[in-house]
Amino acid sequence: MKRFRWQNIYLALVFLVLYIPIFYLIFYSFSQGHNMNHFSGFTWAHYQELFQDQRMIEIVLDTLLVALLSSLLATIIGLLGALVIHRVKKPMWKNTLLSLNNILMVSPDVIIGASFLIFFTFLGFKLGFGSVLLSHIAFSIPIVVLMVLPKLNEMNTSLVDAARDLGATQPQVFSRVVLPYIAPGIFAGFFMAFTYSLDDFAVTFFVTGNGFETLAVEIYARARQGISLEINALSALMFLFSLVLVAGYYVLNQYNSSKKGRKRRMEANHNR
Amino acid sequence: MKRLMSFLVAIGALCLLLFAGSRHLQQSQGLTSGNKVLTLYNWGDYIDPKLITKFQKETGYKVQVETFDSNEAMYTKIQQGGTNYDLAVPSEYMVQKMRKAHLLKPIDKSRVHGLTNIDKRFRNLAFDPENRYSIPYFWGTLGIIYNDQYVKPGAVQHWDDLWSPAYRNKIMLVDSSRDIMGMALLSQGHSVNTTDIAQLDAAKAKLDRLSPNVKAIVADEIKMYMAQNEAALAVTWSGEASEMMANNSHLHYVVPSEGSNLWFDNLVIPKTAKHYKAIYAFINFMLKPENAAQNAAYIGYATPNDPAKKLLPRSVVNDKAFYPDQTTLAHLQVYQDLGNRMVGIYNDKFLEFKMFKH
Amino acid sequence: MKRAHGFYSVPYVLWLALFVIAPLVLIVYQSFFNISGQFTFDNYKLYLSSGTYLRMTLNSVWYALLITALTLLISYPTAYWLSQTKHKQLWLLLIILPTWINLLLKAYAFIGIFSQGGSVNRFLQFFGFGAHQLLFTNTSFILVAAYIEIPFMILPIFNAIDELKPSLLNASKDLGATNWQTFSKVVFPLTLDGVKAGVQAVFIPSLSLFMLTRLIGGNKVITLGTAIEEHFLVTQNWGMGSTIGVVLIIAMIAIMFLTGERKKRGR
Repeated sequence: MKRFRWQNIYLALVFLVLYIPIFYLIFYSFSQGHNMNHFSGFTWAHYQELFQDQRMIEIVLDTLLVALLSSLLATIIGLLGALVIHRVKKPMWKNTLLSLNNILMVSPDVIIGASFLIFFTFLGFKLGFGSVLLSHIAFSIPIVVLMVLPKLNEMNTSLVDAARDLGATQPQVFSRVVLPYIAPGIFAGFFMAFTYSLDDFAVTFFVTGNGFETLAVEIYARARQGISLEINALSALMFLFSLVLVAGYYVLNQYNSSKKGRKRRMEANHNR
Repeated sequence: MKRLMSFLVAIGALCLLLFAGSRHLQQSQGLTSGNKVLTLYNWGDYIDPKLITKFQKETGYKVQVETFDSNEAMYTKIQQGGTNYDLAVPSEYMVQKMRKAHLLKPIDKSRVHGLTNIDKRFRNLAFDPENRYSIPYFWGTLGIIYNDQYVKPGAVQHWDDLWSPAYRNKIMLVDSSRDIMGMALLSQGHSVNTTDIAQLDAAKAKLDRLSPNVKAIVADEIKMYMAQNEAALAVTWSGEASEMMANNSHLHYVVPSEGSNLWFDNLVIPKTAKHYKAIYAFINFMLKPENAAQNAAYIGYATPNDPAKKLLPRSVVNDKAFYPDQTTLAHLQVYQDLGNRMVGIYNDKFLEFKMFKH
Repeated sequence: MKRAHGFYSVPYVLWLALFVIAPLVLIVYQSFFNISGQFTFDNYKLYLSSGTYLRMTLNSVWYALLITALTLLISYPTAYWLSQTKHKQLWLLLIILPTWINLLLKAYAFIGIFSQGGSVNRFLQFFGFGAHQLLFTNTSFILVAAYIEIPFMILPIFNAIDELKPSLLNASKDLGATNWQTFSKVVFPLTLDGVKAGVQAVFIPSLSLFMLTRLIGGNKVITLGTAIEEHFLVTQNWGMGSTIGVVLIIAMIAIMFLTGERKKRGR
C-alpha cells in the first residue's frame, strides 16, 4: 500500500506532462490576442470565427472521415497481414516479410508521399479523397501488423488445437478463439492507425488535390502566417469531443459488462 | 467478437454521418457545380478572404483555394498532374523553371485588362520576358530585421555587420539555401546568381565564420520567434518582416544598401488549368487597383500595382524599408533559375553549413 | 489446407505489392540517377565518401537512440503501473488522446512553453534561477521528440503487460521471490515482445524526424529526415534523397534481422 502512492504520483506526473501542451493550446483559445505570447483578456471570438468558417468545418469532417475509414480498413488488412506473417514458419521468410512490412514505417513521409504521387498519377488516378484514403490505409497497415502480431505470437497453439479437436471449423476457431484473444492488439492497432492518419501532413499533401484537404494540411498552410487562435479553438473543441467520446464509450462498456455479471466482465476487459 | 462487430458498425455509421455532413457543406458553399469553379493554388493565407467573397459575388464563379508551402512542392504537384489547378502563385525563379519544363500556358494578353497598372519596372523582367507567362502578384526584398531592445538602431546597415562578435548566438536565419548563400555572396560583392565554384566556396567559408552568431535556422516560425523577442536579429524577407513589425513595435527592417535580393510572386496559368473564363476574370479582378490595394493592406507585402499604391496609406508607401527608393532598387538582384545541378551545389553547401554549425 | 484458406492473404499481399514493393523499386531505381537524370553510382559514392552524410547518419542514430531510451524509461513504468490501476482501459485511452491533437500545434505550444518569456522561464525566474535559453538546444529537441513518441511506446508495452497471467506473478511470489525478482525474472522477460514492438515504433521513425528538428531544434540537429526532406523538396535531387532513403531501409532491415535472430535463440 505504501508503494501504491508513489506509483500514483508518477502516473499523475506523466499525465500532467502529456496534457500540458494541450491545456496550453486550450487556454490561449480564449485569449483576445492574435498569438500565443501573452494572454490578453477572455473572449469567445475565436469560437465564433470557427463556427462561421464553413470550409474549416468541412475539412474537419473530411479529416475524421478519412481517419476513421482508413484506420478501419487498415485494421482489417493489417489483421489479415498479421495472420499471414504468423503462418510463415521459416524465420528467414518471416523476417523478410516483416522487413517489407516495416518499410513504410522507416521511410520518411516525403519519400512515401512523393512515390505515392508518382504511383497514382502513373495509373491516371484523379487526386482527391480516394488517393488520400488509399495512402492513409497504406501507411497505417504496418503499425496494425506490429500491434497484432505479438498477440498472435503469444497465443497458445494448444488453444487452437483444442478447439479444433472439439470439432470447431476453421472460421469458428478464428471467430471464437483467435479473434477474442488478439482483440486488444486489434484495438491498439486501430487507434494507432487513427492517430497516424490524423497526424499525417507530408503524405497527404502530395496525394491530395481537387479541393480535398485534411486538417493537418490546412493547419500547415495557415501556419505560414502564424497559427491563428481559431485553430486553437478548433483543437479545444476536438479535444473535448474526443474526451466525451472516450468517457462515453467507457461508461457504456462498464454498464454493459456489469449487467452481464462478473464472469463476463473479466472476459470483456480481456477482450478490449 | 460481438464487441468487435458493434465497434465496426458504429464506425461505419459515423463515417456515413461525416460523409453526409461534408457533402452538405460542400453544396452550401457551391463547390460542386463543375464549370463555375476556379481552383487557385496559392501559398497559405496569401489572399484576403474578403476579396474572394467579393469576386464570387461580382462574377458568379466559386473559388476553391488550395495551398502549398514551398515552390518546389508546388512544382512537383503540377508536374505530376492529376489535379485541376487553374492558377498558381510561384516565385520568379520557379516561373522560369516551370517555363523551361513546359508547365505553363501563355497568358492571352487580349483577355487581360489592366496589365499597365503594374509598375513598368516590374514588367518584362528577365525571368519572363514580356510577361508571356506571369503577372506579378507581390514583390519584396531580403533584409535584416532587428530588435531595438538588443541592437542599437543604425548599428546594422550592411550584411557584414552580422559577423560582429557582439551578436554571438543572437541571429536567426531563414532556412533557404539561395537566400543565405546569396547573403554571403552579396557581402563579398558577388552576384546572387554566380555559378563560379570558387566564389561559392568563399561564401560557404564566410558563412562558417557566422556560425557562432547563429542561434537557429528556421522557416515561417521566424515571425513568431522575432515577435516574441526570442532573438535580436534575423535575416528574412520583407513580407515576413512587415508582419513581425505589426506584432512587435521594437522591430525594424533594413535592406543592406550594397545589394540584396528582389523577389516576385506571380500569377501563372499551369498546364492543369481548365476554366479559362474564370481565370481571366480573376486575373482582371486582381489587377484592379482597389482590389490590389485591399490585398496588399491585408497581407502586408508590397504591391507591384502602381495605381493601387495611391490607395494605400502614405506611411506604408513611403516606408523605404518596404518600397525602397530607386538607388536601393538598382542594387537589388533577382534570382535566376540556375538549373538543377547548380541549385544542387548551392543546397549542398548550405546543408554542410547547417551540419557543421555548433 | 493452406491453399483453401489462402484467399485471406490477398489484400495484404496486394498492399505489399502496390504500396511497398512498387515504391521500393521506384526509390532504388531513382537512387541510381543524378540530378540531371543520368545513370550513375555517384549518389552512393558521395554518401560513403563525404563526411557530411556519414556524420549525419551517426548523428541521427545517436539522437534516435537517446529519444528511444528516454521514451522507454518513461513508458515502461507508466505502462506497468497503469496496468495495475482500476480503470486501466480508460487511462490507456487517455494516454492516446493527446496524440490526436495536431503535431504542429503541440510543437507551437512547446515553443510557447520553452521560449524566453515562456512558462518555464517565468517559473524559473520566479524561483530566482533566471531565464535560460531552452529552445534550440539538443535537450529540448530530445524532450519534445520523446513527448511525441511516448504514447506509441506505452501502448504495445501495456498490451504485453496486460496479457501476463496473474497466476504467474502469484506463483513467483509464492516461491519467495521479492518484488524486484518477480519483475526482473518474470515480468520483464515476458513483456519483451511488447518492448520490442515499442522500440520499433519509436526508434525507426525517430531516425527520420524532420519538422521538430527545425521548429524546436532550430536546425542544430540535422537528421537523415531533414536531409531527405531537403533533397526532395528544395534541391529536387530525388536521386540523392532516394539514396539516403535506401540507406534507412537497409538499416531497418538489418535491425529486423538482428532482433529476429536473437528472439529465436532466446526461446
